[in-house]
Amino acid sequence: MTAPDIVLRAEGITKIYGGTVALDNVDFNVYRGKVNVLIGENGAGKSTLMKIIAGAETATRGRLLLEGQPVQFKSPREAARAGIGIIYQELNLFPNLSVAENIFLDQEALGRHGILVDRRRQQAEARRLLQRLEQPLDPQELVGHLRLGQQQIVEIAKALARDVRILIMDEPTSALTTAEVEILFRVIRELKAQGVSIIYISHKLEELLRIGDYVTVLRDSHRIAEAPVSAIDVNWLVEQMIGRSVSETYVHQERTPGQELLRVEHLRLPRPGGGLLLDDISFQVRAGEIVALYGLLGAGRTELLECLMGLHPEASGSLWIAGQRLRGRHVSERIAEGLVLVPEDRQREGLVPTLSVAQNIVLASLRRYLSGPVLSRKKELAAVRRLMGELGIKAPSPQTLIEALSGGNQQKVVVARGLLTEPRVMLLDEPTRGIDIGAKADLFRLMNRLASEGLGILFVSSELREVMSVADRILVLARGRLTGEFRREEASEEALVAAASAGQEPATAATRDEQAAHSPVQSGAADPVDRQTQAPAPAASASEERRHQTRPRA
Amino acid sequence: MRFVALIILVVIFSILSPDFLTLNDLTIVAEHVSINALLAIGQSFVILTAGIDLSVGSIVGLTAMVAGYLISQGLPLPMFGVVVYFNAWVVILIGLLVGIVLGLVNGLVITRLSVAPFIATLGMLYAARGLALLTSNGATFPDLGGDPSLGNTGFPFLGTGNILGVPMPIWLMILFGLVASFVASRTPFGRQVYAIGGNERAAQLSGIRVNRVKLLVYVISGFCAAMTGLVIASQLQAAQPATGESYELNAIAAVVLGGTSLFGGRGTILGSIIGAFVSTALLPQGADHDHDSRR
Repeated sequence: MTAPDIVLRAEGITKIYGGTVALDNVDFNVYRGKVNVLIGENGAGKSTLMKIIAGAETATRGRLLLEGQPVQFKSPREAARAGIGIIYQELNLFPNLSVAENIFLDQEALGRHGILVDRRRQQAEARRLLQRLEQPLDPQELVGHLRLGQQQIVEIAKALARDVRILIMDEPTSALTTAEVEILFRVIRELKAQGVSIIYISHKLEELLRIGDYVTVLRDSHRIAEAPVSAIDVNWLVEQMIGRSVSETYVHQERTPGQELLRVEHLRLPRPGGGLLLDDISFQVRAGEIVALYGLLGAGRTELLECLMGLHPEASGSLWIAGQRLRGRHVSERIAEGLVLVPEDRQREGLVPTLSVAQNIVLASLRRYLSGPVLSRKKELAAVRRLMGELGIKAPSPQTLIEALSGGNQQKVVVARGLLTEPRVMLLDEPTRGIDIGAKADLFRLMNRLASEGLGILFVSSELREVMSVADRILVLARGRLTGEFRREEASEEALVAAASAGQEPATAATRDEQAAHSPVQSGAADPVDRQTQAPAPAASASEERRHQTRPRA
Repeated sequence: MRFVALIILVVIFSILSPDFLTLNDLTIVAEHVSINALLAIGQSFVILTAGIDLSVGSIVGLTAMVAGYLISQGLPLPMFGVVVYFNAWVVILIGLLVGIVLGLVNGLVITRLSVAPFIATLGMLYAARGLALLTSNGATFPDLGGDPSLGNTGFPFLGTGNILGVPMPIWLMILFGLVASFVASRTPFGRQVYAIGGNERAAQLSGIRVNRVKLLVYVISGFCAAMTGLVIASQLQAAQPATGESYELNAIAAVVLGGTSLFGGRGTILGSIIGAFVSTALLPQGADHDHDSRR
């Protein structure tokens, strides 16, 4: 057996920011043509290490050896010239530029005289790259108009357009659906075969085990372990990362759902160019029930939640909360009526970066903290302190700027803001996106606690494991239609995936909706889920393929 | 930090020029600064929401002309064959109303028609200036002292009077500054202004009525501009159509110098007032002493 070939080696890297040590004497090996996984909780130092390798930061001590030669990158440009590419977790795209312009940024295809950009060539080339990723996006579309998952694809295409030897992917799948993850994995294998070395960061452990070749674990700025993936399993990973066991993460409590809280009937949302984004959606959420909304990207999950919050005045259909017909047309009225949304994209839709932790938390319920016409700092702080304790938000103080917090804690702040409005039904859109396993466990525990206190919870997720272990009931959305409804105990990965890739069978959806329309308003009756949709047959072969790939190994 | 910079500037200028920091000088300076500060206070709210109001200079002009017209010409009511002359306080109220209405128009065009603030208020810049010229066909209204026989005296007090030895414009600056600081930092409206500037989408999803807040912000700016126009007309005891030309730039400069981000979400009212001091008084006056225009 020959020693594995190391293309890039980081030796004794130490990085000190002000007084805090972000990395302490860390070694890291990148093996040629392999997927080198780097894991650790948020704040363990992964991102810092990647920034050093990609030239965005310089190490305080230690050195980088590329092909055995010491190198020092003073800027991302120098690293890029050495063949190192990076896809950051918080995407680095320009929303005001087109897909093709983003892909070819800084290396524009020039026309004959080398002055003007050859748009046609760029667009053809972009189309070719996107085809390779099986994403028929329009190269002329503005990136700002794309959904997060699609933007992620553009990032990957951008990296592919440059000739990279080493490609760093920081949580590339956090916004992708199962099907897109498969495409990404195929691209990764293709890149490996071409000799490209991948550095792969993710919180999704099963995924790491599937795609990774070597794994390096960071904890509290130290390198804890390195091992070939073939020698380890999920439990080992979790133990190395946090020293706790995995079974504590995906918790589910037995509860008896109470009265119907939220009722949605015949919700329709027209697509701007004609057709329907949401087609006749009807369902209920009961008190003390956690309902998951599963579906592929573009199925209309986010739009559905947005409609419930009154963000689409062009939508039709009717909503009830606890038997009360909702009439509010504005978000503030929906919040007053007991609905609240925790949006998918924390940075873009959740947080106000210029405000403090406390100000972010009270933002949606300012009226509750008045004394006279004035905001009472005392009342605000009391509420904020209470929630920070309850939710375990780790921040130096309530006055800290929100930007200084880790992703998991930022997410808890957005959840806390929702909770302060005292909602009856909480809507969460991909609440676990980009947060570490510890924060995830906290979030699931919180959802369980809220449900036992009688809240109704509707959450969107693309992670099968999450959906199946946390939810009491699962709704599946495909191409704007509800194509499946499963109780916790009857859900299977196969059926969920099949329902999510359905949508070609209008008959299925139509019968369902008719039934929904005729069923009377139930109040605390036995079980409303008696009309489970069978997975349509044509999608079976697709699900067959996925089943092998998405089964958790734990 | 900003205070420190201000103090350093004051110290340097008083060393360089012995008569820079006399009490008399300071009062004159403050009086002059107050005009820009009033505009900057209104502009601060707009810029905190990541907007901009280019029309304030023209609103200053139009308000001054309306006040001048009402005092010197009165309001003719041809159907009754009479001309009504208003009390000075009523003139001031009408002037403020003009500012509120123009601010409302700005806000409505921006929120209802989704016109970018820069363009909407640039349009108002020309429209209001045009109206100001129309009130007198370009002429000046002189002698705004009023006529005791018409019962409309007292207008000059707003700009030239003083209470406890402190000129009225300075009182107004203090009053507006205190109220605005309080509104910005302690009320839900203020918090919403900061939130919209920081992340409009997040503000919307938190149930903030973004359009309503934006509308109000332009009304506040129009109101402050109208107050400024009245003060200027009262100081000069005359109203010219060109009053307040290019004042919008001074106001924006004061706000930005005071530490408010043009991208919204960051900044304070107090900062803008200090910015007004620095931009109108200290820099031009202290730095260029040969050209001593204010004495």
